[in-house]
Amino acid sequence: MKTGRIPAQEELRRIAGAEHVREAAPEDAVDGVRPSLVVEPGSVEEVGAVMRVAHREGLAVVVRGGGTKLGWGNPPAAADLILSTARLDGVLEHAAGDLVLRVQAGVRLDELQERLAGAGQMLAIDPPQRGATVGGIVAANAYGPRRYRYGTIRDLIIGIKVVLADGTVAKAGGKVVKNVAGYDLSKLFTGSLGTLGVIVEANFRLHPVPKAARTVAVEPESPRAARDAAQAIMHSQVEATAVELHWGGDGERLLSVLVESIPEGVEAKREAAAFLLRPFGEVRDLGEGEAAELGPVPVPGGSGGEVVARISAPPAELGDVLESLLRAAERRGVGVRVRGHAATGITYAGLRGGEEEIASLVGELREIRARRGGSVVLLGAPPGLERRVDAWGPGGDYLALARRVKEKFDPRGILSPGRFIGGI
Amino acid sequence: MERERLVGVMQGIVGVEGVIHEREELRTYECDGLMNYRVIPDLVVLPETAGQVRDVVRVCYEEGIPFVARGSGTGLSGGALPVESGVLIVTSRMRRILEVDIPNQRVVVEPGVINMWITEAVSGEGYYYAPDPASQIVCSIGGNVAENSGGVHCLKYGFTTNHVTGAEVVLPDGSLVHLGGGKAPEAPGYDLLGAFVGSEGTLGIATKITVRVCRKPETVKTLLAAFEDTEAAGGAVSGIIGAGIVPAAVEMMDRLTIEAVEVAVHPNYPDAGAILIVELDGPEAEVESQFRQVIEICKQNRATEVRVAGDDAERALFWKGRKAAFAAMGRISNDYYVQDSVVPRTELPAVLKKISELSRRYGLRVANVFHAGDGNLHPLVLYDNNAPGEAERAEELAGEIVFACLEHGGSLTGEHGIGEDKKKYMPKMFTSEDLDVMQLLRCAFDPHQICNPGKIFPTPRLCGERPGPFRMHPVQKAGLAELF
Repeated sequence: MKTGRIPAQEELRRIAGAEHVREAAPEDAVDGVRPSLVVEPGSVEEVGAVMRVAHREGLAVVVRGGGTKLGWGNPPAAADLILSTARLDGVLEHAAGDLVLRVQAGVRLDELQERLAGAGQMLAIDPPQRGATVGGIVAANAYGPRRYRYGTIRDLIIGIKVVLADGTVAKAGGKVVKNVAGYDLSKLFTGSLGTLGVIVEANFRLHPVPKAARTVAVEPESPRAARDAAQAIMHSQVEATAVELHWGGDGERLLSVLVESIPEGVEAKREAAAFLLRPFGEVRDLGEGEAAELGPVPVPGGSGGEVVARISAPPAELGDVLESLLRAAERRGVGVRVRGHAATGITYAGLRGGEEEIASLVGELREIRARRGGSVVLLGAPPGLERRVDAWGPGGDYLALARRVKEKFDPRGILSPGRFIGGI
Repeated sequence: MERERLVGVMQGIVGVEGVIHEREELRTYECDGLMNYRVIPDLVVLPETAGQVRDVVRVCYEEGIPFVARGSGTGLSGGALPVESGVLIVTSRMRRILEVDIPNQRVVVEPGVINMWITEAVSGEGYYYAPDPASQIVCSIGGNVAENSGGVHCLKYGFTTNHVTGAEVVLPDGSLVHLGGGKAPEAPGYDLLGAFVGSEGTLGIATKITVRVCRKPETVKTLLAAFEDTEAAGGAVSGIIGAGIVPAAVEMMDRLTIEAVEVAVHPNYPDAGAILIVELDGPEAEVESQFRQVIEICKQNRATEVRVAGDDAERALFWKGRKAAFAAMGRISNDYYVQDSVVPRTELPAVLKKISELSRRYGLRVANVFHAGDGNLHPLVLYDNNAPGEAERAEELAGEIVFACLEHGGSLTGEHGIGEDKKKYMPKMFTSEDLDVMQLLRCAFDPHQICNPGKIFPTPRLCGERPGPFRMHPVQKAGLAELF
């Protein structure tokens, strides 16, 4: 679907350079909505100029980094321009002695990590989407197994520079880890999915790369046992880096624990973790390859084209989350594959089946979470399913406030309209 | 509304006991921990429940009366300074620990609960609450949330914002909302909780707070190292961080501070130009090995003495001097001005040199005590209020120190907040666009600007109210695109 030729194309070409503005192709579609143009500004000033034009003309803008999470959220109500951060890919400052990093939004995480590793440092985040950019990770608040130890990117970001819908450039925070001057807009923008402004730069605190790692795993015989095993690690003094659950349709059951330390400390940690897991089955060590291959998250549209639901629940309810999910799926003949950050309270369900069945399954899970606390969010579902089920679910009593925030930052509603919760 | 009627309305909400309106009694609340700003509020209201807070705020909203929330009043930036003709809402009667949920590692409390009480409530289960500001035996969690309080262990464990997972908040229009995931790891939508924590009481009043509690570490090892000067001690800090070690705490005190705390609390510190306290915690094998490394690094950086705490009592003695440092200044100076600013850790030597130059130029002594691991300085400017002009010179010197920190890539404040005290410096760190964009958030939460008005921002911005429901995107409205 095409929205027709959009105004001010010449102006946009003058701003970003003709070679950086092109007609959108089918693969530029955002959740089924095909934009008209793709613009790749080369500087913060150019982003500002592009946004001023879009604001004046009322053009809907979807910001794209690596494009790995464009399917998240609901399909946009409109998308005229894709604003790509591909050319904003500079590492502005790596202050190794301060463990602080300042980068442009379009820097790819994998390339960044390689570079930081040279100094024995890392940005302590491990989302599974390959090719993701730093800006996209912040915008989507994407995370992986190490969330258990290090938190999400909201716990690592210390400063941000954004371009608002009307082209205003503003920053918040700074390049020191400890800083309470002014509002923490870095956190407000984290997870805002491109609906409040264009993230053009971000500053982070870094961590030293652990020098040694071990993964031990056990095959729990029931959801309860998986929960109890995760609890045993949580309430211990092991300081695990990640506790991952793998529960497949084909009988695969695994709870793995990643411990990291210095070479002198890692064996003791491995043994302590193994001791805690022993009551739940035979404990085995996973080789580096096997541990990495387990892959924590089913990829939407990947193998088998699963619909991925992310369940957020109190971690002690892991057993109930798993049981209710498996039961509800079985009743509807929906195939289910589970990965989860077990000690964090995040469970991903890769669902395969009819749209109606999946929609009703998600509805049931949401009804449980409404009573027990937490939420169920769809990450990348086919547009047909998103017509039946909102990607975000009902939200809470904060929705009116969220809308007022959106209204203040983007009064004309041109940034990713309709993709976010509550129609934002 | 006339004052007398307002007193009656508030008494109707919180009871006669819950309203303070006699001038002499109101004086108790004229300032917080920063005593050079004083304003007597019109009324003080002490609600006991979230419902009462909501009703009090609703009256303020409807009548256009400004209000300020206050916890224990220990803040050091004037964040809880009352406003004239305004209501001060004090949370000291909201002190219940509502729930301890060890399986989910969460504790739910009312805002007036004292920081230390949380650790006391979970200590038997082997848990503790990590953020530990120096005032933790008196400061309230509500205040900690407002200020995003830090403490000596935030180098490894983070700040209040990393440990608060949910809050029930009364917004400035009197509505009650729940932010964050609470016991669940997250809630969908904007991170409004992240924006709220550290907003210095300008976005609403938290009436219920859910915090994460941490498992006590297996081992804690603490050492005290003496150096000839702060430069050598700073070299040791760089060495520790450079070795990939993340200590639980790294604190530094200079000669003047050491002298003052020795007089005040007799921690029996060695005679030195600078002292470092380094604490490591975690699994035993890891900590033991890294601790040996830290001792080695201190020696390589010309430590004149290294003492290792043999037991908890000795560890407490090491910390006693550090924790008493601010108050100890009273023993060597009539008056002192506490500054709080931050520099990138590697800029510490340059900034310390600048501070000693400034100290000489102003003819005022400056004692330095700081969280060296994260570059958070607390210079204490000593002066005599009875000497004409000295208080003004002290404040000016303190300001110069902040500017020096900004020049070196730092921040105006690491943990005390901007409040009333530093709002005049905000344009030195942020452009007017930066500040205007921050105030967009303020306008979304508090369109009438009645919640702790006049703090943080040097020039409050009018909100240009645009009431009404969320509007549809123009493209959608014009039928140019359909909603899927």
